Amino acid sequence: MARADAGGSRSGKHLHEAALKRQHAREQWSVLSLVVPAMIVIVLIILIPLSWLFYLSFLGDDGGFSLENYHKMTQYKSYYRIFVTTFQVSILTTLACIALGYPLAFFLAQLPPRWAGVFMLAVLLPFWTSLLVRTYAWLVLLQKRGILNEFAMQVGLWETPIKLVHNLTGTLIGMAHIMLPFLILPLYNAMRKIDKDMMHAAANLGANPINAFWRVYFPLSLPGMVAGSLIVFVLCLGFYVTPAVLGGGRVIMVSNHITAILENQFDWGAASALGVVLLVATTFTLYVAARLFKFDAALFGRD
Amino acid sequence: MTDAPQGTTALPIQIRDLTKRYGSVHALNSVDLDVHSGEFLTLLGPSGSGKTTLLMAIAGFSRPDSGSIRFGEDEVILTPPHKREVGMVFQSYALFPHMNVADNIGFPLKLRGISGAERAARVEEALETVQLSGFGARNIDQLSGGQRQRVALARAFVFGPRILLMDEPLSALDKKLRERMQIELKHLHRKLGVTTVYVTHDQREALTMSDRVAVINDGELIQLDTPEVIYNSPANAFVADFIGESTMLPLTRDDAGALLFRGQVVGDAGTDQGRDWTLVMRPERLFFADAGAETDDQTIVLTGVLREAVFQGESEMALVAIDDDTEVAVRFGTSGRASASGSNAGDQVSIGLDRNDVIIIPDGQAV
Repeated sequence: MARADAGGSRSGKHLHEAALKRQHAREQWSVLSLVVPAMIVIVLIILIPLSWLFYLSFLGDDGGFSLENYHKMTQYKSYYRIFVTTFQVSILTTLACIALGYPLAFFLAQLPPRWAGVFMLAVLLPFWTSLLVRTYAWLVLLQKRGILNEFAMQVGLWETPIKLVHNLTGTLIGMAHIMLPFLILPLYNAMRKIDKDMMHAAANLGANPINAFWRVYFPLSLPGMVAGSLIVFVLCLGFYVTPAVLGGGRVIMVSNHITAILENQFDWGAASALGVVLLVATTFTLYVAARLFKFDAALFGRD
Repeated sequence: MTDAPQGTTALPIQIRDLTKRYGSVHALNSVDLDVHSGEFLTLLGPSGSGKTTLLMAIAGFSRPDSGSIRFGEDEVILTPPHKREVGMVFQSYALFPHMNVADNIGFPLKLRGISGAERAARVEEALETVQLSGFGARNIDQLSGGQRQRVALARAFVFGPRILLMDEPLSALDKKLRERMQIELKHLHRKLGVTTVYVTHDQREALTMSDRVAVINDGELIQLDTPEVIYNSPANAFVADFIGESTMLPLTRDDAGALLFRGQVVGDAGTDQGRDWTLVMRPERLFFADAGAETDDQTIVLTGVLREAVFQGESEMALVAIDDDTEVAVRFGTSGRASASGSNAGDQVSIGLDRNDVIIIPDGQAV
């Protein structure tokens, strides 16, 4: 340090100016170095393969630049249907998650923190089980001779088995179950942050509980709900396992079709093009949402 | 303020036998309290004393176990908060961050079906009252702490409540601003004439602002009186200690009922037998007496050794040891005439107390 002292006082205009500046720079670099491993991983397993896919999607049969992979998508109606299905499943799953998750998160946010932790465990426990196990569990529950149908028929709710799986209904039940924690966690967080005095103030100023909820509580919880919904929606767009197992071949989302193309035709170009379109659609959705809801604020907790 | 109902119909509050327990702890233990119509009453106590619980019970946010609260003639103990028609300023201000200033203040008016032009006019009038004209379109996060405080205040009285509650509204402000707001709140109270219940743990604030102060400790009302009486005649050792600075010393009682402090008669217990008595000395009521001065009809004189004198700006605090384990605090002004500045630590000094300034409390333990 003595050396730095001497050097600093000589070279800088003010006492130790240069040395203090160097110290500051050193600290900044040492913090920055912490992200280097993550950066390497991201470049190796995300950026490079993504670029490769991007490149492949623009290759024609002859190996030169071509838009034929994208052209195909506009030609066949099946592609259009696949995108419609993908967005339909994603939107419906998100709505189902909001319908189930909002009341649940509200309930959790009213509990004393200790009890909220216990109930939260119930929400998170399935989250820690394998996705595949949960999906097949739904198959067992929902199939024609499954537990639900057997029970309902014994009780007399309906007489012939209802088709609950291998269709859109089954896919939505499974996906909503899997996505629910992604909605509840950010929403619960946002709700916990709402000052209890806010609701007191609303009541004090003359708002009955319904008015207080819609005019004060709901708007304040909205950032958390938007953040959760976006996470669910975006995860749904690229989902594979659940529609594959519970959709029974009737619910074909983009990911399912990509698999099909690769397994049946081994057409990397077509598969890559689908992936690129899905990526663009996802980015576009996020961009619009960010514009509409200031959602960066919601995700990063900026006030 | 011509057509507004404020100022014309303040309501008294009558609280009877109000009890609230949390587990085995009495947050409120059978509290009786009358707040007169139009007065500024402060609930003063340390944290956890029950003063906030009491305010929350008046506002309707916490449900007591038993008791009665009347606003004027009306029993409100079962009335939900949104029907109590009391204004409240919260410690956190509780301004709605998703509404601008005008919408915050207009919120209670909107809920009462007052629309359009009239609402805007009353919002503007309220903003004027709190000296924030033209701030209506601002967002809450664009306001300073003092401005937020004023908006919270405007929102609390804009709908013409006849009772106004304030929960430590100034605690988040810095000292200078706090002192200015104390004066402003007092002005506003006079202007609106509304019955005001104010909660604070700051005894100085309570003395500054209130018509009457209710000292609360351990869920019980200890003393209810004007600031002067509370300060000059504290009911017990807790009040004497909590409000103002004081040195408390035990007294002895002779057979005739005279109360003695080191052989000097300082008061009279009368016929009251078998109690402990405590002498309370306020530092600013003590003064340095001339060397050799003696106790007479007017003044009680104590002698001791000056331990330390601390300069505090507007005053100087001296600690005088009148014996090995008793120190008395003496506060004196720092004007040019101030005494004791000549003395050094270790010097023998005499301190005097006018007999009119003697405070004696029963059943006290020296603290």
